[in-house]
Amino acid sequence: MSYQANEKGYYGEFGGAFIPEMLYPNCEELRQNYVRIMQEESFKKEFDSLLKDYVGRPTPLYFAERLSKKYKTKIYLKREDLCHTGAHKVNNTIGQILMAKKLGKNRIIAETGAGQHGVATATVCALMGIECVVYMGEIDIARQAPNVARMKMLGAEVRPALSGSRTLKDATNEAIRDWINNPVDTHYIIGSVVGPHPYPDMVARFQSVISEEIKWQLQEKEGRENPDFVVACVGGGSNAAGAYYHYLDNEEVGIIAVEAAGHGIHSGESAATSALGKIGIIHGSKTLLMQTPDGQITEPYSISAGLDYPGVGPMHANLFASGRGEFISITDDEAMTAGLLLSKLEGIIPAIESSHAFAIFETRKFKENDIVVVNLSGRGDKDLNTYIDYFKLA
Amino acid sequence: MSNRIIKKLEEDKKLLSIYFTAGYPEIENTVQIIQDLEKNGVDMIEIGLPFSDPLADGPTIQASSTTALQNGMTSEVLFNQLADIRKSVSIPLIIMGYFNPMMQYGVEEFCKKCQEIGIDGLIIPDLPVDVYNEDYRAIFEKYGLLNVFLITPQTSEERIRFIDSVSNGFIYMVSSASVTGSKSGFGNEQTHYFERIAAMNLKNPQIVGFGIKDSETFQQATKTAKGAIIGSAFIKHLTEKGINTISDFTKTIR
Repeated sequence: MSYQANEKGYYGEFGGAFIPEMLYPNCEELRQNYVRIMQEESFKKEFDSLLKDYVGRPTPLYFAERLSKKYKTKIYLKREDLCHTGAHKVNNTIGQILMAKKLGKNRIIAETGAGQHGVATATVCALMGIECVVYMGEIDIARQAPNVARMKMLGAEVRPALSGSRTLKDATNEAIRDWINNPVDTHYIIGSVVGPHPYPDMVARFQSVISEEIKWQLQEKEGRENPDFVVACVGGGSNAAGAYYHYLDNEEVGIIAVEAAGHGIHSGESAATSALGKIGIIHGSKTLLMQTPDGQITEPYSISAGLDYPGVGPMHANLFASGRGEFISITDDEAMTAGLLLSKLEGIIPAIESSHAFAIFETRKFKENDIVVVNLSGRGDKDLNTYIDYFKLA
Repeated sequence: MSNRIIKKLEEDKKLLSIYFTAGYPEIENTVQIIQDLEKNGVDMIEIGLPFSDPLADGPTIQASSTTALQNGMTSEVLFNQLADIRKSVSIPLIIMGYFNPMMQYGVEEFCKKCQEIGIDGLIIPDLPVDVYNEDYRAIFEKYGLLNVFLITPQTSEERIRFIDSVSNGFIYMVSSASVTGSKSGFGNEQTHYFERIAAMNLKNPQIVGFGIKDSETFQQATKTAKGAIIGSAFIKHLTEKGINTISDFTKTIR
């Protein structure tokens, strides 16, 4: 049994392309070409060289000695926070901008919630000199002002999504509508392993560089390619998909997915999709999503803007449903405490998304000689105000 | 099969079809709007089942959907409202909605309810034709429901032929590359597209939607097609003039 996507873009019963006919030519063009283009020598060469010289890869695999001592196990951090723009998101945007060029597109659109994917998209568009429009919920624009400024400075146009709940899911709807209205010249850079086939698989492949590096880096440090566990936070799930990718079908490696419980799974303010979601259709994908009994998509909550997506990528829905992945949810309070602890023990201020992954060590115990790799997906600079307010540091 | 859509398509006239969002502007307006549309000579009605995230719709229909949901509209409420609709209305009725609410209701249960009420067909923009064929065609047919597929100016000739071969009733011809309610008037590009499709001699008649808003666009669209669907322009009329002046709107179309 494989946990990768099949040819139709299904992971078990999850995935596929539930799209209106207006999107069919766009998705079909991508579907027919993405694997071939990614396997072209010229594409691989350009992608690898940009990852190396522009993004700063390989990112270190760092043995966190003091953290390991505290939790009595061996913890390695995969330092995606050291990527250019501050998170793993840029791995995917580099890949997709090169894909867009190969497909002859001269205009890029993207959605963004907290602004990290928007910044990563605006960055590569600046790098390539391509027009960039980023859709962002009106409410998110107000609460993520620094990232809005960054995108503008990079030359992107930030368009407010005024419909629905005016957050990430609505920004995604607006981006999809833009694509419907501009079917020929535009490529849509989706920021996570969500959306219709082939996006979940394509984004996972671009992010798979994370686990590719973990394998050889762990070989160097421990004389073995496989850790006992890989841990990552999951909103839509792109950093997790990249960290798990080369271990998916190797069941010796335990997969741990950490979701945001917000104020508590049953508080009514949560983003723990595996616990609260039911199978349905969101943004063109059949997956687990948070919804009313009548099938209306509900608004999630997390202190971390990168984790408050009401669905989860189909790869992760399948990892959950099949039992291949262990899913743990972490509250705002637990995540914030873990973020502060990592800062003090290791001198690394993590993004609040990533803090969720570190919080599991308080309750999930590992053996002393277990090797646990945690994907540190982003740095905490963008979250400084949230940390300051929460801990009354100022 | 005595489906009302099929019979209506056999009539020697151009068809005017109107879309409205169930539960808008007020939750209890559904039945009155349907009855008034029939009284005013409308040939067919698409009843919009509101969805929180309507990808293919523009701001007008999305805003009406948001209001309808706030008003409490659900699949269950709609079915209850329509329980006796066939006592007073005889034109074809189609439910148009997104797939997720149907899935949660249960596709078979949903179709069964539609048959009980006297719904003739469904339009589900985000249920792709291949998934329909494999998983749901048998259910739709069991309950006598036509499923209507869309084509757009970007749809390849090969795919149009395929959609024609699996369609039964009519093809929903999206007038331009757009979401609902976003274009004003038809230009040469659309005229050429309408003529290109007409020249394909498809087995199913076509009904044009998206961008029809007045007499002029209705005439243009139905020059070659069998009929046209008006949605956003009608919703705007309801928003501005309320539900008691539907004849004022239909009179401006033909």
